[in-house]
Amino acid sequence: MATRAPDRPAAVASGEPVRPRRRLRRHLVHQLDVKGSPYAYVAPFFLLFSAFGLFPLAYTAWVSLHEWTLLADEHPFVGLDNFRTLLADDYFWNAAFNTLSIGVLSTAPQLLLAIWLAHLLNRPLRAQTFFRVTLLLPNVTSVVAVVVIFSQLFGRDFGMINWMLSWFGVGGVAWNEGVASSHAAISIMIMWRWTGYNALIFLAAMQAVPRELYEAATIDGAGSMTQLRRITIPMIKPTIVFVVITSTIGAMQVLAEPLLFGSYSPTGGVDRQYQTLALFIYENFVKLDFGYASAISWMMFVFIVVVAGVNYLLTRRTKGGLV
Amino acid sequence: MGKLRPRFLAPMLAAVALTVGVAACGGDGGTGTGTAASGAPAEKIKLTVALFSDFHYAPLYEEFKKTHPNVEIVERRAQFNDHHTNLITQLATGAGAADVVAVEGGYVGAFTPTPDKFHNLKDYGLDKRQSEYLDWKWQLGVSNDGSALLGLGTDVGGLAMCYRPDLFEKAGLPTARDEVSALWPTWDQYIETGKKFVAAKVEGAKFTDGPGEHFRAMVEQAPVGYYDEQYNVIAGTNPEVRKAYDMGVRIVDEGLSAKLAAFTPPWNTGIAKGTFATMVCPAWKTGTIKDQNPGEGAWDIAAVPGGGGNQGGTHLMLPKQGKHPKEAAELIDLLTSKESQIKLFKEASALPSLPALYDDPAVSEFVNPYFGNAPIGKIFTDAAKALKPQKVGPKAGDILKAFGDGLQRVEQGKQNPEEAWAQALKDVDRVK
Repeated sequence: MATRAPDRPAAVASGEPVRPRRRLRRHLVHQLDVKGSPYAYVAPFFLLFSAFGLFPLAYTAWVSLHEWTLLADEHPFVGLDNFRTLLADDYFWNAAFNTLSIGVLSTAPQLLLAIWLAHLLNRPLRAQTFFRVTLLLPNVTSVVAVVVIFSQLFGRDFGMINWMLSWFGVGGVAWNEGVASSHAAISIMIMWRWTGYNALIFLAAMQAVPRELYEAATIDGAGSMTQLRRITIPMIKPTIVFVVITSTIGAMQVLAEPLLFGSYSPTGGVDRQYQTLALFIYENFVKLDFGYASAISWMMFVFIVVVAGVNYLLTRRTKGGLV
Repeated sequence: MGKLRPRFLAPMLAAVALTVGVAACGGDGGTGTGTAASGAPAEKIKLTVALFSDFHYAPLYEEFKKTHPNVEIVERRAQFNDHHTNLITQLATGAGAADVVAVEGGYVGAFTPTPDKFHNLKDYGLDKRQSEYLDWKWQLGVSNDGSALLGLGTDVGGLAMCYRPDLFEKAGLPTARDEVSALWPTWDQYIETGKKFVAAKVEGAKFTDGPGEHFRAMVEQAPVGYYDEQYNVIAGTNPEVRKAYDMGVRIVDEGLSAKLAAFTPPWNTGIAKGTFATMVCPAWKTGTIKDQNPGEGAWDIAAVPGGGGNQGGTHLMLPKQGKHPKEAAELIDLLTSKESQIKLFKEASALPSLPALYDDPAVSEFVNPYFGNAPIGKIFTDAAKALKPQKVGPKAGDILKAFGDGLQRVEQGKQNPEEAWAQALKDVDRVK
């Protein structure tokens, strides 16, 4: 630092060369401002993301390579042992299957329903705002409340759904006992919360579709369903891709519904018939077996990337595209 | 007070943690100050007491302050599961624990392997209380290695069998509680009674809720349960466990079960609507029944088969982090004294753990009008007296859940008894 001082008199003494140098400096500062400032503006997000997103991700990977329980003094490095155990663990594959099954059962009908609802709302209606807000209501309801109430509806002895089924001669379905029935029940809870939300996103996209297309189609004699299939869906495809990806990620992370369904149990039923991957992580987490729980977390991450990727390719490849 | 929610959030998660982490943060604790305090009466001391519900201790604190004017007592309360998980974390990280903590029966085994986390009550002369206590209750508070006394018992949760006189009448069974108790001195006779109930074809009602709680009661009545004397898990080889499991399977096979798991919402509804006629009933479950409001006299209370038993009940312990163990020890001595326990029985129906009080008319003549004037003081204390001590290991709760789930798989027709047993043993291996 101290050596800086002599520089300046030297520069002043040289007289003439100052100006181009100063211009150069100004130019550099300007360049830096133009090129660098945007990064500075977005930096806060990325700093937070590194602290709360990237670091935990990396740290989880680190923990997953150890035998790590919360209070142990030593966390011996075990390499890929946790993953080896995991891949041979029936309960893990069971949870993976349940997650996929619940994911498909909840996401596919949900998105179709959401598109249809958005299509219905995408026309001049009285009390538009009322309908749109209503769509969002299930989503702002606490998930715990939703699950508690649905668990009652799906009750075996005194549940409303079984009561209604009894009109048709179907009796006493024990919803949380069977694999298929419990997956269906949980999927319905998920659909209840998210269909309206996705419908609103679709609706926003639909409103950006030029009116003329519909007018022209109407003149050509296309009905409402044809217009939906041939105009709306191709035009909002980017939004569909987006919603499919986010819903897939959400579906792979389902935790609260299976945890609270029936009785509060991290095993997801007495035969683990509805234990999802997230719940399996939770089960090992409360056992304080952090090493194993981290390994499952990473496997789940890989699963999500793969499934979301597959869905992305599938949705993008679907036919259509007006432009 | 003695409420036990065994099926829920990993009651025994402490175990791994604490057993492995014995040495983790043992540290230096604040031992020096305790004895020093006695010489300086003017010194102001604050004692914190952490509980998981209202123990009705407030008047007792006032009493304590009369002899200890320099002590201020602050009570903290948390929800049942949170209270115990908090304590585990506080002990692990070496900070934040209260001076006096309540530990419920289902969790006490998770803490007794780690005496270095707690003050040894023997150092404060509390081992003099041993002769007053029910033996099994006293033993629960002793560390696994037997070296230290970690906790003094407060209440116990004597075991009984609750039943519905109306359904018994429909089935042509006796309804008076003494006659009902006489029906089933053993579990075999209990099942025989159930078969009679089934044969009578009572509309809309099964004989009992489900096999899980019966299994639990029977294992806990045995001299040895899931753990041997050295705290090794022997659940798979102990014939007593298998006997209890087979009894559970018989409850299912004979069609006695309403297939309702305890503490679930449909089970609550079943209590109110009377879809089952009997259930295993620790003293505190009378409160659960009343909460469902089945109506006065709908449920009555008889003796439990197999001779006595206990579920729940609490110990008071002093974490090593506490800076004033001498005063804290004096406080728990007072809170668990004869005089206090009889007051708490009258005030909060907390069943005393000191057998000398069982002959006290306040206990022995206590009747509950909601249960057809059942002499609950006598029924529950008889059950508590009859119990033999058993070694309760750190993960008894998880092991119980493994077998309970197995019985439910049989009940739901997912597996036959042998498959369910095999899977339960596999699950037990995972918790070890």
